[in-house]
Amino acid sequence: MSYVPNPRPAGDFRTSYTDDNRLFKTHFETRAALVLLALIIVAAPFIGNYWLSQLIMIGIYAIAAIGLNILVGTTGQISLGHAAFFGFGAFASAWLANSFGVPILLAMPAAALLTTAVGMIFGVPAARIKGLYLAIATLASQFILTDFFSRAEWFSGGVYGALAERPNLFGFAFNDDLRYFYLVLFWLVVTAVAVTNLLRSRDGRAFVAVRDHYLSAEVMGVNLTKYRILSFGISSFFAGLAGALFGHYLEYVSVEGFTILLSIQFLAMIIIGGLGSVYGAILGAAFILLLPQVMESVTTMAAYIFPAMESGKSYVKQMSIGAAIILFLIFEPEGLIHRWQQIRASWKLFPFSR
Amino acid sequence: MTEPTKMLDVSNISLRFGGVKALTDISFHVNEGEIFSLIGPNGAGKTSMLNCISGRYKPQEGAILFDGKDLLARSINDRAKIGIGRTFQNLALFSHMSVIDNILVGRHHMMKNNFLTGMFYWVGGAQKEEAEARAEIEDIIDFLEIQHVRNEPAGSLSYGLRKRVELARAIAIKPKLILLDEPMAGMNLEEKEDMARYVIELNEQYGITVVMIEHDMGVVVDISHRVAVLDFGQKIAEGLPHDVVEDEQVKTAYLGVDDFSLDDEKEAM
Repeated sequence: MSYVPNPRPAGDFRTSYTDDNRLFKTHFETRAALVLLALIIVAAPFIGNYWLSQLIMIGIYAIAAIGLNILVGTTGQISLGHAAFFGFGAFASAWLANSFGVPILLAMPAAALLTTAVGMIFGVPAARIKGLYLAIATLASQFILTDFFSRAEWFSGGVYGALAERPNLFGFAFNDDLRYFYLVLFWLVVTAVAVTNLLRSRDGRAFVAVRDHYLSAEVMGVNLTKYRILSFGISSFFAGLAGALFGHYLEYVSVEGFTILLSIQFLAMIIIGGLGSVYGAILGAAFILLLPQVMESVTTMAAYIFPAMESGKSYVKQMSIGAAIILFLIFEPEGLIHRWQQIRASWKLFPFSR
Repeated sequence: MTEPTKMLDVSNISLRFGGVKALTDISFHVNEGEIFSLIGPNGAGKTSMLNCISGRYKPQEGAILFDGKDLLARSINDRAKIGIGRTFQNLALFSHMSVIDNILVGRHHMMKNNFLTGMFYWVGGAQKEEAEARAEIEDIIDFLEIQHVRNEPAGSLSYGLRKRVELARAIAIKPKLILLDEPMAGMNLEEKEDMARYVIELNEQYGITVVMIEHDMGVVVDISHRVAVLDFGQKIAEGLPHDVVEDEQVKTAYLGVDDFSLDDEKEAM
């Protein structure tokens, strides 16, 4: 990824090494993030159910995309089976709640832990193979798991799917979208902070080292096998968490939802958002989910001007999504986050930036 | 003077790739506190020898003892823990990471925070440990004079600086033995002098034993305590630097044999 300078403003001094490792680079960024978060919390009741449901889906996909980003962006592996882990989380949470009566708010992280175990098992080949071969191996995990979902009736209800109730905390039911939105927002913030923390500590550095030069990482004392499998585990944890949130939001989990198309969408999210960036993954998830809506309204408007388009509207929509992604890869291959960094840098360096 | 202790003891190492004999029956030892140079023409097997010590290659025959312990039985990442650091001939930095993070990777085996305590950064001691590690590597940054680039991504640095960052990363392991693969290749005179100074200080101040591959004979003769010469995978000489460069076999290996028959033909024409 190309380097964009992010100079500190005058007067923002660091006087300790702890200071130098802060979550956000500048005080202004810290405050801006907190204000943005507060704004979202305050504004949520007023934006209407449609946008609320959109934001919930963005939040859920963003959690899964952040997880995939640890694997693909940070450790430099690849997974074409992320949707299967996402689905495993959804089924596992429903299974724990329905069969064992585990409280749903607990079943969600528990399902994520189960997904971690499954992810690490499917991650074992990653210790030995790389690149395209690994992609094919993870593709196998996609098909094995979806096959498992449709056959294991004790676990997933088979082809009929499983019911997943909305969670309930001491009589406080997360039964409307607003309450569920706050639940998703909570997990999204936890995920973003945890992963950012991970990336600035020992094991996060080891992941990047494995990606950038695995031979020298090994000579530096990094156990390649351990970190490659661990990265699958952590990535699956967040996929499982997101899947559990997804299942209990829709209140019904069905095997059809977790096809390879979703796996590819997850990959598209992190590529468009920016590989290796936590906030990029959130932007990418928003982009992939909102693009069809934007294209919908654009084609509807275009249909007013060109009535002949009315019949081909849905095709135009599909094609323009593909086109948007291709244009992105050509003109901003490093993702939305890179564009944001450039904007930020040009503000900071204003009269001297181009 | 007391008898020097052997830190690294290489005995009868043979390494083959299919039919190619990369190393044949190589034995030498490195004493504690020494700067030991491995020299020889291109393709002589110097880097292969280093790779055997650092674990990249596994020799078919022979043994390597480090501090009396068998090295060949250990995994590559284990060798950093027991105190072997190395740099690479072709730069092997983590090019998207900042210089600081590159050096901190060298601290990997000494740090205790893991992915869980890392995620809960503020509780569980990761924050404190990161700050401590950072303070320690600042000493190395000062020593190698790379303060001005500490926040730059390693991939954006010039060649000479990258070599220094790589050395810094190897020092961060706190090694007892450091393997330098052509630390001065591709440098100008000034940079070479700097690098030679770093190697000497490394050896004398930090007390790190150095095994170095180098082509610049001037540097080798000036700073190393002992030298071994490899040619076509075989050791042809070992000893004090001045004796080794005067050795007939070494001269032949480096300069080739005079082909008198050709000269005769020329005269006859």
